[in-house]
Amino acid sequence: MNHLGEYDVIVVGAGHAGIEAAHAAAVLGARTALFTMSLDAIGNMPCNPSIGGTAKGHLVREVDALGGLMGIAADATFLQSRMLNRGKGPAVHSLRVQTDRKRYHMYMKQALEKTPGLAIHQAEVTALEIEGSAVRGVFTRLNGHYSAKCVVLATGTNLGGKIFVGDASYQSGPDGQHAACALTESLRAAGLPLRRFKTGTPARVHRRSIDFSRLVCQPGDPEEELQPFSFLTDGPLHNRVNCYIAYTNPATHDIIRQNLHRSPLYGGMIEGVGPRYCPSIEDKVVRFAEKDRHQIFVEPCGEDTEEMYLQGMSSSLPEDVQNAMYHSIEGFERLEIMRPAYAIEYDCIDPTALYATLECKAAAGLYGAGQFNGTSGYEEAAAQGLLAGLNAARRALGKPQLVLARHTSYLGTLVDDLVTKGVLDPYRMMTSRSEYRLALRQDNADERLTPIGREYGLVDDARWARYEAGQAAKQAELARLAGVYVSAEALNAQLPPDAAPFASGGKALELLRRPGVSYGMLAAVVGRGEGVSPRLAAKIETEVRYAGYIARQERAIREVARQEETPIPEDFDYAPIAGLRLEAREKLARIRPRSLGQAGRIPGVSPSDAAVLAVALKAARGKI
Amino acid sequence: MQDTTICALATPPGPGGIAVVRISGPEAFEMAARVFCPASPGRTLQGAKGYTALFGHFYRAGQRCDETVALCFRAPKSYTGEDVVELSCHGGPAVVEQLLAACREAGAAPAGPGEFTRRAFLNGRIGLTQAEAVMGLISAAGRQGAALSAAALDGALAREIDGLKTKLTSLLGHLDAWVDFPEEDVPALAPGAFCAAVSEAAAVLAGLLRQYGAGAVLRRGVDTAIVGRPNVGKSTLLNLLAGFERAIVTPLPGTTRDVVEQAVSLGGSGIRLNLADTAGLRETGDLIEAEGIRRGRAKLEQAGLVLAVFDASRPADAEDLALAKACEGRCALALLNKSDLPARFDEGVIAPYFAGPGGAALPGDTAGQNNMDGRDGTAAGGGARRDGEEKPEAGRILHLCANDPAHRARLAAAIEKLLGTAAVDVGAAALVSERQHAAALAAKGHLDAALAACREGYGLDAAGVCLEDALAALCELSGESASEAAIEEVFSQFCVGK
Repeated sequence: MNHLGEYDVIVVGAGHAGIEAAHAAAVLGARTALFTMSLDAIGNMPCNPSIGGTAKGHLVREVDALGGLMGIAADATFLQSRMLNRGKGPAVHSLRVQTDRKRYHMYMKQALEKTPGLAIHQAEVTALEIEGSAVRGVFTRLNGHYSAKCVVLATGTNLGGKIFVGDASYQSGPDGQHAACALTESLRAAGLPLRRFKTGTPARVHRRSIDFSRLVCQPGDPEEELQPFSFLTDGPLHNRVNCYIAYTNPATHDIIRQNLHRSPLYGGMIEGVGPRYCPSIEDKVVRFAEKDRHQIFVEPCGEDTEEMYLQGMSSSLPEDVQNAMYHSIEGFERLEIMRPAYAIEYDCIDPTALYATLECKAAAGLYGAGQFNGTSGYEEAAAQGLLAGLNAARRALGKPQLVLARHTSYLGTLVDDLVTKGVLDPYRMMTSRSEYRLALRQDNADERLTPIGREYGLVDDARWARYEAGQAAKQAELARLAGVYVSAEALNAQLPPDAAPFASGGKALELLRRPGVSYGMLAAVVGRGEGVSPRLAAKIETEVRYAGYIARQERAIREVARQEETPIPEDFDYAPIAGLRLEAREKLARIRPRSLGQAGRIPGVSPSDAAVLAVALKAARGKI
Repeated sequence: MQDTTICALATPPGPGGIAVVRISGPEAFEMAARVFCPASPGRTLQGAKGYTALFGHFYRAGQRCDETVALCFRAPKSYTGEDVVELSCHGGPAVVEQLLAACREAGAAPAGPGEFTRRAFLNGRIGLTQAEAVMGLISAAGRQGAALSAAALDGALAREIDGLKTKLTSLLGHLDAWVDFPEEDVPALAPGAFCAAVSEAAAVLAGLLRQYGAGAVLRRGVDTAIVGRPNVGKSTLLNLLAGFERAIVTPLPGTTRDVVEQAVSLGGSGIRLNLADTAGLRETGDLIEAEGIRRGRAKLEQAGLVLAVFDASRPADAEDLALAKACEGRCALALLNKSDLPARFDEGVIAPYFAGPGGAALPGDTAGQNNMDGRDGTAAGGGARRDGEEKPEAGRILHLCANDPAHRARLAAAIEKLLGTAAVDVGAAALVSERQHAAALAAKGHLDAALAACREGYGLDAAGVCLEDALAALCELSGESASEAAIEEVFSQFCVGK
């Protein structure tokens, strides 16, 4: 073994989790190294060429608010932008963009290359160096040894990766990268509980082989409405491409049904558990037999390529069946497959083996992020990567760890779900997973998280100054609206012709609470406040209109916060507490919750168990 | 210190001389002051120091209910270490239920098993040895509570609540799928359809809540006072209802000098009346009779049902009018007795005091008073009840002859109709405990908020959060997790993917 370097933090993997982890650690001042099996795979998008979507868009804004890279990179490289869920309420508005995947990769690669204090190594990490129950460094395929105080595992689908297409299967990572098979053994030896998950991706096809005249065109939002992900992005944004929608039909479904026995999933070759929300087309046809068509989104992979992605058609059927199935679809009759669809199985950890800091309970200094932790999705990965990298760096630098409570963010909710409830299939973020979603909007991600990012060392002076200026503008505008009177006549003049007029006027802020009154209408009467961007105007409108509902959630948040603040010592012994039911005692001993609040959320811990625990905790504190 | 203020009966449940309801928490004094009013005008509960007692009455929905002593404890010098007010009233189950309901309406949450003791420990009022006993107590209570709630949730109520949960889960699942997978083929959820489904669920809850009052009447019986001038036939009426010669009946006015009590079962629903025959109301020089009359008036004030008896064969006099006035706004029935004799009583004199809906003042009938059922236009059960009372005014004045056993059925029917129990199907779902009632009330409140959100043009995101709260409140009864259930629903019902 050749000793080749010493770092505070080593990040294994340069996908969306690894990028944020390495960047965050380096920004905090930790000496950081990022290991990837291929420099050409940094920030790769092995599945859909898009970023954001419901709840995922929220996560991107949260990563950005904390000082991460994903939002800035997505703004710089997007091809088409849409705000989903307009008309369903501001809490669930979700930004989603199509991304140029090569440009995104190049952007991220350079962003990391330009990050001070970050070394980038192309090498396969084959083993961890563990001493006692703490991580000490990594070994590489080339017999290299690197010391580190902390290691972040962001291995994605490469860890023990195995691809399935029909009856063919082979060890591989995505997009022709090789699988990282040696590392798994080392992780097992370190006592990590590993399991197999699987995911899948549809075919990439040639643009010229699609008859777009027979598909439904789906353009981006009007340019004047386009919003960026990053709170730092200014300037005009432009859509560059269209997407298209195609549909399967009964003939497609027949072909799939007749060939189900050739699917490795149905043939029993795949042991990994796939994500419920991302069923393969085989799954859809079997489970929803009554549906006579399924939707396919046709998305460009980039401006410098003719490859198109077929969202909704993930499959592990053999190539000949894929050909037949695609050719049965209107507009796809002459379709040329460039990369066939495949399923991929990989190793990951049972996330209940992690603390909410994302550190492994079994190995001090070892952190996990992304698919390794049992999640799925670029955005989920990036958010965890940021938290894991931040905490790894802080541990290495001897600073306290950051735990984000559920009510602070989707990231906090995601991590709490992972480490408290565990996962049975790859976890995807959804707005319905947050009980506080009226408070956790994408428009206020900066208010929720930028102060935390600042306190924990990720938010630089420029971002902080911008945040403070935005807050000052918001307060000034709220004060101005509270003081200025608008008459009924002036307001009614702004209403659409078919709207019922108002009988009374009032202070602008009060009027904004009325159904049908927008900030724009009031601004037409009393003018727009200084520094009030369209984004800020929308936020003010939402906060004023939803004040009652937001207050409801904030009350609920205060109620749980007290329990969150009751800590449970890490070495707390549950065995002697007679009042706990057996199941609760076992679960508590295994999960080792950090607070009374988290204990109460563990499946199998009843309210009366939590009450007993509260008493026991107090008793234990009294004894000390 | 805990955030919430809780209340519960601190004395053993069931009839007793005195019952104590304890209110503990940061808002104990504010909440108790909404329930309790001191007798001496200069004093207020909020102004009371620790370790003091105040005499007064407790009120519910503006109505004076019972004499009450309030014992005040200021944090940390109380059993729990928090601000505590203990309200002592008379020990009848009906009174206690009224007092608990009043406290809950004032904002206090029903206390969980062992919660007072747990708070006492957490606030350092009791020691470790006691704490270990408390833990046993809590876990035992938890287990027992679980068994109890499972038992209580068995049968009709379980089916009804499960049906509601299934509906709401399906609705929430649809909403979640529609919101979380906007690009999938998930059918749009039109606000109209959403509101209709939520209204339907709210109506079911409104029905359950309304029946809670009637159901309580069925289980526990209603305290019924038979009052009237001397010799109008009160004791004859008691005997008619009892079905035997329970009270001594003579032609002599003033025969009944003390209160005669008898419990009887009536009609198809088997409603239990705790009858109290009282001394005839009149001026008297007889000390014993005067004390009997005083007790009679007290019965009249406390009764859940008043049977005001008038002599139809004599003109109405001042005593009759005073009695009629005392019945105004009460759950009362005017009985014009001696209908076999020539009628000389002017019914018009008393009719105004027996108009209006009589059932509203039923003990425990919070649904009818506080939930604006009628205003939502969603009260299916309310409509049914109004249909059953086509002529409420006429229904509250009844001509009869208490000597005639054949009139018993008519009287029973009139009483049942008035109490709203005639429509109660004893096999139907009913909320049986304060906690179930509180959960149903909370769920109904969240559903109303969801409807308001729709009506006022908020997004379905706001309505969805209210719906989730409603489901969580119902799930509290069965210990499931609401959001997990909805997510399961998304994946089982909708073909969604990325």
